[in-house]
Amino acid sequence: MNYSENRPIYLQISDYFCSQILSKKWKAGERIPSVREIAVRMEVNPNTAIRAFHDLQNEGILENRRGVGYFVTGDAYPKVRELKRREFIREKLPGFFRDMKQLGFSCSELEELYRKHHER
Amino acid sequence: MIQIKSLNFSFKKGNPILSDLDMTLQPGRTYGLFGLNGAGKSTLLNLMSGMLFPESGQCEVLGSPTKERLPETMSEIFVVPEQFDLPGITPQEYIDLHAPFYPAFDREEMDRLCEEFVLESGTKLLSEHSLGQRKKFLISFALATNARILLMDEPTNGLDIPSKSRFRKVMASASTEERCTVISTHQVRDLEAMIDRFTVLHMGVVIFDHTIESILETLSIVTTHLPETTESIYHEEILGGTKVLKAREPDDPDSPIDLEFLFSAVIEKSDKLNPLFQNGATS
Repeated sequence: MNYSENRPIYLQISDYFCSQILSKKWKAGERIPSVREIAVRMEVNPNTAIRAFHDLQNEGILENRRGVGYFVTGDAYPKVRELKRREFIREKLPGFFRDMKQLGFSCSELEELYRKHHER
Repeated sequence: MIQIKSLNFSFKKGNPILSDLDMTLQPGRTYGLFGLNGAGKSTLLNLMSGMLFPESGQCEVLGSPTKERLPETMSEIFVVPEQFDLPGITPQEYIDLHAPFYPAFDREEMDRLCEEFVLESGTKLLSEHSLGQRKKFLISFALATNARILLMDEPTNGLDIPSKSRFRKVMASASTEERCTVISTHQVRDLEAMIDRFTVLHMGVVIFDHTIESILETLSIVTTHLPETTESIYHEEILGGTKVLKAREPDDPDSPIDLEFLFSAVIEKSDKLNPLFQNGATS
C-alpha cells in the first residue's frame, strides 16, 4: 500500500471511503468491509483504520449496527459531496488561485479551458 | 500488561544500558520502539522476555516477574529476534516440538500464515532456509502461538519487498484487543502505518511514549518559507522551505506525522515536546 506523505493515513482511508461512495461503488444501505478487513487491505493498524470509520460515522455518512457492521447511510452521497466540496474550497483552491495569479490566468481564460476539457 | 519499574541494567559495571526505566505497556496496542544504535532496545526486549535479568528494579509480565520464567508467563510471550538460527529439522518437526509449550497454539492459523507468506512446508530443513524464509516462518509461528505479548526485533530486515507488504497485512489481522505487540526497528517507513504508539528509548530511559492519535492532536508539522514567524520546537531545512515541528493550534489542518522527522525532534527536544502532552512523557 502506498500512502501519500502529505496526508495522515486515517484521512487517506476516509478519502477512499468517500471516493467509493461518490463513484457509487458503495450504495446507500449497503454494508461495507469490516474494520479488520480494511486494516488488512490497507496494511494499517486497526486502531488507525477505526478512526476513519468513526469520523465518517460522526458525519452521518456511515452507521454502525452493533454486532453486524458498518453501513452506508441513506443520504451518504449528498453528504460526502458537500463535505468534499468544502474540502476542495479549503484545501485545493488556495494553491490553485495562487498559481493562477502567478501565471497570469484570467477567469475567462480558465472558463474557456474548462469548457474545452469537458468537450473532449 | 508489561510493568517495568525503576529498572537498571548494565553489561559492565559503571556503564549502565538502562537506568531507572519506568514503562507500562497496555494490551490492544502496537508499540514502535525506536532508539539510536546501542540505545538498549534489544536489551529491553530481552528483559521483557526473561532472557536477561534486571540488576535492580522490576519487570513484570501479566503480574509475574519475567526473571522467574514461570511457564504460564512464558507461554504468553513470544520473541522474534533480529537474527537467529533454527535447528536442522523440518518446519513440521519444529511445530510438533514447540507448539505444546503454547496451549493456545492454532495449527490452522499456522497453515494459513505459511500460505500467506508462500512458505514451503516440505522436507527442507529450517537450518537451510535463508534468513528471510526463517524469519517468515518464525513470525508465522509467533502469531499462531496466540501469545498475548509479541516482541519483534527488526521484523522486516531480511524480508523481500512483497513479504514486507504481506507482513503488514498479517500484523493488521493479528492485532487484537488482548494482544500487546512491541516492534523495535529502524525501518520507520516499513512499519509506520502498523504502529499506534511511538516509544523512544534514549540514554537508558524512555523519553517519549505517546499514541499516534495523541501525537496527531498535539503536534503539527508545517513547511514554511517564514520559519521565524512560527513557534518552532524543532526544524530542518528542506527543499522549498523549512520543515517545522510545532504545537498544534486549533485551526491547524490535520498534518501527517513524519516519524523520522519526529524521531530526530524527540532525540533533541524531548524536554520541550513532552510538556505539550497532557500526561507528560506518556499519553
